[in-house]
Amino acid sequence: MEHYNMNLTLKVWRQQNAQVQGSFETYQVKDISSEMSFLEMFDVLNEQLIHEGKEPITFDHDCREGICGACSMHINGKAHGPWSGTTTCQLHMRAFKDGDTIVVEPWRAGAFPVIKDLMVDRTAFDRIIQAGGYISVNTGNAQDANNLPIAKDKADESFAAATCIGCGACVASCKNSSAMLFLSAKVAHLALLPQGEAERKTRVVNMVDQMDKEGFGSCTNTGACEAECPKEISIMNIRRLNSEYIKAGLSGSVAK
Amino acid sequence: MLNSKIPAGELSQKWSSYKNSCKIVNPANKRSLEVIVIGTGLAGASAAASLGELGYKVKAFCFQDSPRRAHSIAAQGGINAAKNYQNDGDSVYRLFYDTIKGGDYRARESNVHRLAEVSANIIDQCVAQGVPFAREYGGMLSNRSFGGTQVQRTFYAAGQTGQQLLIGAYQALERQVALGNVTMYNRHEMLDIVMVDGKARGIIARNMITGKLERHFGHAVLLCSGGYGNVFYLSTNAMGSNVTATWKAHLKGAYFANPCYTQIHPTCIPVSGDHQSKLTLMSESLRNDGRIWVPKKQNDTRKASEIPEEERDYYLERRYPAFGNLVPRDVASRAAKERCDAGYGVGTSKQAVYLDFAAAVIRYGTIECGKVGNHNPTPEEVRTHGLAVVKEKYGNLFDMYAKITGEDPYEVPMRIYPAVHYTMGGLWVDYELMTSVPGLYCLGEANFSDHGANRLGASALMQGLADGYFVIPYTLGNYLADDIRTKAIPTDHPEFVKAEKEVADRINKLMSIKGTQSVESLHKRLGKIMWDKCGMGRTKEGLTEAIAEIQALKKEFWSDVKIPGTVEGMNTELDKANRVADFIELGELMCKDALNRAESCGGHFREESQTEDGEAKRDDENFMYVAAWQYNGDSDWILHKEDLNYEVVHPSQRSYK
Repeated sequence: MEHYNMNLTLKVWRQQNAQVQGSFETYQVKDISSEMSFLEMFDVLNEQLIHEGKEPITFDHDCREGICGACSMHINGKAHGPWSGTTTCQLHMRAFKDGDTIVVEPWRAGAFPVIKDLMVDRTAFDRIIQAGGYISVNTGNAQDANNLPIAKDKADESFAAATCIGCGACVASCKNSSAMLFLSAKVAHLALLPQGEAERKTRVVNMVDQMDKEGFGSCTNTGACEAECPKEISIMNIRRLNSEYIKAGLSGSVAK
Repeated sequence: MLNSKIPAGELSQKWSSYKNSCKIVNPANKRSLEVIVIGTGLAGASAAASLGELGYKVKAFCFQDSPRRAHSIAAQGGINAAKNYQNDGDSVYRLFYDTIKGGDYRARESNVHRLAEVSANIIDQCVAQGVPFAREYGGMLSNRSFGGTQVQRTFYAAGQTGQQLLIGAYQALERQVALGNVTMYNRHEMLDIVMVDGKARGIIARNMITGKLERHFGHAVLLCSGGYGNVFYLSTNAMGSNVTATWKAHLKGAYFANPCYTQIHPTCIPVSGDHQSKLTLMSESLRNDGRIWVPKKQNDTRKASEIPEEERDYYLERRYPAFGNLVPRDVASRAAKERCDAGYGVGTSKQAVYLDFAAAVIRYGTIECGKVGNHNPTPEEVRTHGLAVVKEKYGNLFDMYAKITGEDPYEVPMRIYPAVHYTMGGLWVDYELMTSVPGLYCLGEANFSDHGANRLGASALMQGLADGYFVIPYTLGNYLADDIRTKAIPTDHPEFVKAEKEVADRINKLMSIKGTQSVESLHKRLGKIMWDKCGMGRTKEGLTEAIAEIQALKKEFWSDVKIPGTVEGMNTELDKANRVADFIELGELMCKDALNRAESCGGHFREESQTEDGEAKRDDENFMYVAAWQYNGDSDWILHKEDLNYEVVHPSQRSYK
């Protein structure tokens, strides 16, 4: 792999807090190595700003290996940037070339208010989980794990849905700011398992109800969420969610 | 004097007899007892959820924007449990024994045995919560091998086991939040412990969004804040992982045990340049199928594919035929360093070795072809089928490697090198997980208790969940049963006022320095001192130098650090400065501890103490103890020793040959 250095122009959203209006600021960074990650390029920029006596850019990040779901930049109009199946922290600078201009924004969604600069408040996702994204089992009274055989294909399908990292890219990339992909991944994860059976109907109804309360939009099946999901969560989960929701409704389950 | 409160009786009966005799708080009283939990990784989330289920009033704190993002989420390979589902001879005793031996006989027998006992319950509990572990076609749970063991006892969910376990615990936690038993404080950082009448009775936390300091009361405080690997700057830990919560507790009287025991993981993606902000682990599970090698010739510049089989040195298989590529982490890391230092390293930096899946692809491919009745397959057919199996087992890890390095690991062998990964040391705790401060507990990686001088793979997840789900619900009750008459202490109590003032003063002091060096650059320098002198190889000379260098760095930090912004509102540089200031102090203690421990054991390798063939040489006569350090003022500590008594296992020179 050939490595190279590049100079870039960055247009970054700056906003002091949720109460004030934000705007784009333009910055130049030099000698960025193609081996750097996108966030390491931001580290360079932030060090530069600190030395100039300015405030560095605030953004969420933690594990930097694509699993915690903290990082959340909208890069050149795409959630997590140009590479498919990739979080911002795993995006590397070889995706760009010398002289490029890169536009970086926070997630844009009414249910995700900006906290500062590129950092947004995603606690709405926690509240959707609180509405029913669990199996009600207290610690300590579980049966032997192998007393509950689960067919491999079902287990695999459930796992695939459960790999959602809760980053919110689905919401950010949806023109309606819908949280259906996030929600459906959790509903599918638990509905596919026998352990999830007892609360299957109430769970889906309550979680959808909470999603609506949080102000997320409706799903119009454009598929942008699936296209930009860094974990490639399948839109088929939304199909499953809809069928779970209809079945629950037909059997008379209503939101509590 | 340290009292580890190990119950009397035969090792295998200690935990049951403890549970039968410990005090219990009745449900009505639990409702008026408040518990603070710091950190929401596997240990914290499982503890908060379980205590909430029991009826305690729990307040849980994390610095992330959601408890689901705690760094436990990044654990890849798996979780051990003595289920013996594979009928390969596993048992509670064997898991106990492997853990004690893997830890190089520097862990407490009673704690480790309890860990092995509850390991099976963890798997049951997680499955009941809906954790989608890998399964066989018959629907049963699947297992794989990890380093330092000869049985298959590791349960996994592809390369995302930590994620799935944490989401299980997180969902249990959110359920308790919904039920009103747990109040969750996201984006909050604990900055001090509040002591009232010699007991931990609360915390001072900073709301990271508003910058405001908050006072919170608790009848007890549980620290579940993870490890301190980021003292090395470059590590596989998340960027935010820090020592601050446990360090503040240390300054308030909690002893810090075995701080020098750090785990350098053998299979990480090598450093690519000065810009590097963190290192990425490639799961130990890869060593099930990957073979580690370097060229037999020094400074070989050929590509891996151009080096014929007979010119490759599979050095782990050569040196350790019984365990081969699955030797424990400390052994594998040192062996890699030895080869690279001797000039056999690969890649541009020469600080790397190969991890090669070519043999596994052929082995799996042949089996798969056989399954479909193709007993005379072409090499292409074998490769296609073999790659499919490898992709299913390790796909996400291969993808991650490709994204970071730009190389395709299905085509060329991975390049790997050791990196800081885990810290076995931590706050000293007794059998009940209580620190030397009454009412202050420490769980998971943050404590020192179960892994001795080296942790075995897939045991961190086990310990975090054991502590949170199955140990603390019992041991905390034993303490709080005597506290049922204690009313909640109002947070305008003078001790709360004093603690908050101390925190505010320190923050104001940091902000007032207005120096010239960024927090990041000072952290980087600390990391370099630690890696060079308190890393994989340690010497008396190097450690002595490191202590002086760190003391100088500390002065520089407190006179020249530059923190932009204000105290009010979100200020990530200020958050970082608070943490790095603590890392600097911890670094000094780590070096002091490493200097004091003149033997080699597990991950702690004193170059002066090695066998003829370069293995770690323990000195049981002089160092069979836990080093618990008491803070005694600036750069000053008092050493307390807890002798380790082995009643069941007989310590011997560890051999994986």
